[in-house]
Amino acid sequence: MDEIVKDFLIESNENLDRLDQELVKLESEPSSKELLASVFRTIHTIKGSCGFLGFARLEKLAHAGESLLSRLRDGKLSLSAEITSGLLTMVDAVRRMLAAIQASGQDGEEDYAQLIELLARLQGETAELPAAVPANSPAAKVVAEPPPVSPDMRPEPDSDRESVAPDPAKIGGVLIERGLVQPDDLAQALEIQEKGRHKVGEILVAEGAARPEDVLAAEQTVESRNPQAAMETIRVGVTLLDRLMTLVGELVLARNQLLQFSNSTQDTGLQAVSQRMNLIATELQEEVMKTRMQPIGNIWNKFPRTVRDLAHSCGKEVRLVMEGQDTELDRTIIEAIKDPLTHLVRNSMDHGIETPETRQRAGKDPTGILTMRAFHEGGQVNIEISDDGAGLNGDRIRQKAIERGLIPAQQATRMPDRDVFNLIFLPGFSTAEKITKVSGRGVGMDVVKTNVEKIGGAVDIQSTPGRGTTVRVKIPLTLAIIPALIASCSGERFAIPQVSLSELVRLDAEETGKGIELVHGAPVYRLRGRLLPLVYLDRELGLRSGPGDEPSREAAINIVVLQAEDRQFGLIVDEITDTEEIVVKPLGKQLKGISAYSGATIMGDGRVALILDVPGLAQKARVIAEAHESAHEEARSQAGAEGVRDEHALLLAENGLEGRVAIPLSMVARLEEFPTTVVERAGAQEVMQYRGQIIPLVRLSQIIPPASEAEKLANAGSIQVVVYSEGKRTVGLIVDRIVDIVEERAAVEPLAPRMGIVGSFVTQRHVTDLLDVPALVRAAVPGLLDAAGSEAGSA
Amino acid sequence: MPSQQFCTFHLDGYLFGVPVPQVQEVIRYQPMTPVPLAPPAVEGLINLRGQIVLAIDLRRRLSFADRPPGELPVNVVVRTPDGAVSLLVDEIGDVIEVEESSFETPPETLHGPVRATIFGVYKLDGRLLHVLDTERACHAQDASAQAVDC
Repeated sequence: MDEIVKDFLIESNENLDRLDQELVKLESEPSSKELLASVFRTIHTIKGSCGFLGFARLEKLAHAGESLLSRLRDGKLSLSAEITSGLLTMVDAVRRMLAAIQASGQDGEEDYAQLIELLARLQGETAELPAAVPANSPAAKVVAEPPPVSPDMRPEPDSDRESVAPDPAKIGGVLIERGLVQPDDLAQALEIQEKGRHKVGEILVAEGAARPEDVLAAEQTVESRNPQAAMETIRVGVTLLDRLMTLVGELVLARNQLLQFSNSTQDTGLQAVSQRMNLIATELQEEVMKTRMQPIGNIWNKFPRTVRDLAHSCGKEVRLVMEGQDTELDRTIIEAIKDPLTHLVRNSMDHGIETPETRQRAGKDPTGILTMRAFHEGGQVNIEISDDGAGLNGDRIRQKAIERGLIPAQQATRMPDRDVFNLIFLPGFSTAEKITKVSGRGVGMDVVKTNVEKIGGAVDIQSTPGRGTTVRVKIPLTLAIIPALIASCSGERFAIPQVSLSELVRLDAEETGKGIELVHGAPVYRLRGRLLPLVYLDRELGLRSGPGDEPSREAAINIVVLQAEDRQFGLIVDEITDTEEIVVKPLGKQLKGISAYSGATIMGDGRVALILDVPGLAQKARVIAEAHESAHEEARSQAGAEGVRDEHALLLAENGLEGRVAIPLSMVARLEEFPTTVVERAGAQEVMQYRGQIIPLVRLSQIIPPASEAEKLANAGSIQVVVYSEGKRTVGLIVDRIVDIVEERAAVEPLAPRMGIVGSFVTQRHVTDLLDVPALVRAAVPGLLDAAGSEAGSA
Repeated sequence: MPSQQFCTFHLDGYLFGVPVPQVQEVIRYQPMTPVPLAPPAVEGLINLRGQIVLAIDLRRRLSFADRPPGELPVNVVVRTPDGAVSLLVDEIGDVIEVEESSFETPPETLHGPVRATIFGVYKLDGRLLHVLDTERACHAQDASAQAVDC
């Protein structure tokens, strides 16, 4: 394709994006000459260029649009919703033609005769009703009167950008706008300008119709209204920028290695060079980063149009509020979140915001508010899309999820609302009462989630019935280079993004004993009089699982005080090494499910270190607390249903030589002992025949590896099976030895977050893990409990 | 007769193969960074010339017995749509050429993770070549990845 056609396409597409916005804006302020002039200019430019490039169909369409616009501009027509829609349809048609040109080099087969007719009709219809047009200010008429491009008008040094007549982008228009010049004087001056070589401004000053300083100020205004004139730019391919970024990333790593090396030598020459190199690399990195950053406003620009169109088609009244348009994001990320954001906006419009009547009945303003907010937090970019609509209906979602077999009923009733809301991100979920063309086909939200996760982001949804819904998209700064604190824990190094870091506290050996206190089992530290909740990194990551492995009480403790969303917490690590600039590399999707990490990086020595996701970690620590509470609640509700006897009854079993686990007795169907010969295999799954059924067997020691293996010989020849049933499904859980049944409930402490364990408590002088049997079974035999019964035979 | 080249490797006594174009490289074992909380099949992360690559222990992925202590696995780095992934295998074999006609889909009686991760087998002289579905093998877990984080 010709360079010139390519340039035309790029420029036109950019202009069209602006056009959408401007037209929507124009609808709300129809008297803005400035907007109208800009819209007109864009269409005029497209028309001009395609006439020149030989795209006749496109030219014809653009011409129809231009004629309509020129009538608007001349004040012969006033903008109506119908005209705006017509113009927007034209913009879409132009866009399609541009796409056709891009694809085939031709402007397509479609000639849009109907649309052109519509545009002509819109033009004529109102023209027959001149009374409908309020007499516009004489200024507008006068300014618009001279023919757009008069043949004898010589382009003057700074008037050549003003391709057509329009006013506010010209000195005359600005002066009239400010009331500094009389329209009649300007008309006269324009006439003189056309005859001679003098500029309007000069003529006005010469005639004494305007003061020179006003003309100068007006000139500056004109400059600023033509932003393309402000800065010189060249177009650079994105792939080149990407490549540059990767190379800079490598350079930073090499720099880190060099620094480490030079620090270990005495060579002052080398040290000086590496210091210099360090500075240059840092600066280079900053600049290269900037080339890739774009304000999120660039993609938000199209939302006013989307919202307008949707509001019209759904019969709703919506006001769009955007905050933080200038929040900058890496451009690859901007591209990637475009579609998910569009979908979220559509969803809010369709499902969230109610019709004006419903809103009024609920005592709300009939106009709904859709807010889009972007801001940086914790090394991530947060984008929130909130509406003040009806909110999500937790019960309906539960019901739908059960109906569609997405989760079992038992689990649904136990789930807190917050988790229930997130079910709408499951594939095949849609709660729309009726399917509309806007959304509600049940293929949306899961795609949103997948797309956001693809770039390493996360989606979360919060909702208050009757008050509205907020969807928060968090996008990490992948590919970015960030400063981080390097801490180690259980021999592994972790990078903590410095943006989340508040301060570091070190408790000396003598202080640790009295410094850390317990509030109902939860460790806290008094930081300047306020209680700071503490999170042990090793426990959180399950790095130290066995008892007795705790760091000795006498050792000094390092607390990294972190800020996650609106709260502070202290993260206890073994050692704090250094701060370093790290290159964030995303983790593969295999590790996406782990909220504790936001990525990985390569350290100076070439080893990989994980980057901790501070908000994720905080949430994780809290999530455990929630599970803890709900376990209590569950126990209480079960006690209500099944009598007091089971209230505190726990089955104790051994897992490995020292590991003790507990299972709520209410979950145990039977206890059995079988010879090992009953174990058969169906594929890799161990199964056995039990009461005419084939039941899968789950070895506890395989899911929760014990600290030390029990001697297998001890009960070789037989296995101890805890039979667990949920609905029609039965599973056998093989434990090393059944110890006892106890009737007590000590406080369960959420220790290391290990899969399948609610928490730990002490009974019979042993630290015992309370098992979450359903979760265990789900992890061991995925799909068994959740499947809808069809595979029963083969399982 | 159409034929295809396979990079072969041994795993718990079985012979597996991956089409040669899918294999990026084979490197010897190197220390890796473990990923706490990850599914058990995830052995860790390695630095492959500035690229961070996830290493999956194929034995654990296919629910075979763990490698005897002291034996170091080999990294077979394969290309997947989501970037390179290293599969840890016992020992690397030859590159062999097989005829399409000797291919068969897995028998009905085969269940579990192996069935889900192989396309089928090629009947070689005296032994079977299991063709690994690398894309599936590179998923650290079957569909239940969320369970770990709950």
